[in-house]
Amino acid sequence: MKNILEINNVTKFYKNSVKALENVNLNIKEGEIFALLGPNGAGKSTLINSICGIVNFNTGTIKINNMDIVKNYRITRKMTGIVPQELNLESFETVWNNVNYSRGLFGKRPDHNYIEKLLKQLSLWDKKDSKIKELSGGMKRRVLIAKALSHQPKLLFLDEPTASVDVELRKDMWDVVKKLNEDGVTIILTTHYIEEAEELSDRVAVINDGKIILVDEKDKLIKKLGEKTIKIELFEPIEKINGNLSKYNFTLDQTNKIISHTYNLNSNTTDITELLNDVKKDGYEIKDINTEQSSLEEIFIKLIKENNNELVRN
Amino acid sequence: MNWYGIKAIYIHEMERFRRTLFQSLASPIITTSLYFVVFGSAIGSRITEIDGINYGSYIVPGMIMLTILTQSISNASFAFYFPRFTNTIYEILAAPLSSFEIVLGFVGAAASKSLIIGCVIILTANFFVDVRIDHPLLMMFFLILTSITFALFGFIIGMYAEGFEGLQIIPILIITPLVFLGGSFYSINMLPEFWQKISLLNPVLYLISGFRYSFYEVSDVSLFTSTLTILTILIGCIIFITYTFSKGYRIKD
Repeated sequence: MKNILEINNVTKFYKNSVKALENVNLNIKEGEIFALLGPNGAGKSTLINSICGIVNFNTGTIKINNMDIVKNYRITRKMTGIVPQELNLESFETVWNNVNYSRGLFGKRPDHNYIEKLLKQLSLWDKKDSKIKELSGGMKRRVLIAKALSHQPKLLFLDEPTASVDVELRKDMWDVVKKLNEDGVTIILTTHYIEEAEELSDRVAVINDGKIILVDEKDKLIKKLGEKTIKIELFEPIEKINGNLSKYNFTLDQTNKIISHTYNLNSNTTDITELLNDVKKDGYEIKDINTEQSSLEEIFIKLIKENNNELVRN
Repeated sequence: MNWYGIKAIYIHEMERFRRTLFQSLASPIITTSLYFVVFGSAIGSRITEIDGINYGSYIVPGMIMLTILTQSISNASFAFYFPRFTNTIYEILAAPLSSFEIVLGFVGAAASKSLIIGCVIILTANFFVDVRIDHPLLMMFFLILTSITFALFGFIIGMYAEGFEGLQIIPILIITPLVFLGGSFYSINMLPEFWQKISLLNPVLYLISGFRYSFYEVSDVSLFTSTLTILTILIGCIIFITYTFSKGYRIKD
């Protein structure tokens, strides 16, 4: 699949000499949902704002559809839409005017049929004549999405799309994002809800202190860095782990009935069949088996911790 | 050119004017009426004529200039500062619009509003005094050029202001005094020689003088100097805005 976005060695300093981005390199494939993860202040929004032309970056190049975003800003900006993190809207304007205004800004001739379809798709049609100040937070978030899509962009940036929205609305938003992606829109979202990245994205990048520290496919990442724990519940309690089981680094819980072994999904050091055979060989009767896999969140925390430790060392 | 983008900004701003039409028009109409009552009746009873023109009629161009200057500045500064304040500016910055197109949309709307208000004041003035316009084209030339120039000036204030208070400082502390001391309500020939010379340092004097010439063919300074002054301020504003935009509008850094 071809790259729709190519970021090469982008560095950004703010006026107070604070380095917000440092040699960022990133390629986004057409049609994917890409999640940019990072703690607060890591540089997620600055990167998105640099791509969209909201802030100037100092060095490096950014290309959309193989076109430089500075030299060809008229073409590339028509291809991008952005949903900001904050609910930045004109409170006294109606939904209809707000969305049509956005379409006009992006140089598109008025198309009331398309805007109607868009508002219906986002369940905003009933509210088209309502003023923004009369809408709930969730509705405002939808208006922002409608505005970002009003000019039919190919590349949509969602900056913390579900920040401070309730669980139900978050799931609703996820459905909207999935539907947009099915319709052919490439989506880049920043989030610190790992659950969101896990649910939506095809690939993930982790950014910390202005640097991209990892880019990988979500499933591969979980597999590569994820750990799995096998918990075996025995019929009878045991006092100590010994015999064949001592080679597995098992831990025993407080009831003395559940033994747990954690292993890396990527390593081939643990053979589950052999492990279960060893349990049987030692004469234990298995009551139940349970496995738990580490989530993207645990991987993310681990990565950031490692990166921060490295930064302190340097 | 992104004409749809310029139109979107222009219509968006004019829509705000329409929403607040009563406040937008009531304020200049009431102020003009008060000026006629205070200056026209109270002072006009003592100063009957200046340069052969009835005092009430004489002050009309000055009053229009006062309103045009303050309205152009406040409309443009507020129009650009407000999206900065609410952070809705992100959309304009992310849109495929050049800096020239952004300025054209905002300044065009601010100048249009001022022109409408200017015309309303001329109509209001007609209820109180006889208003004669000897050179209507010249009058429109000055009216349009002044509206655009001071809307550009307001745009600069909108770019640099750090708060709503910042929008008010220059109009209150600089523009209004310059207009009052620029011969809006008197001819500088009525001042002592020293103050006449000091008045000549006031650029607004030249605008009012040129504008008054288009009404009654009377002026404190030559028409050429008036035209040159307004064009100089216009070019100054354009250069300043171009420079600021080239540095990233102060909001892109």
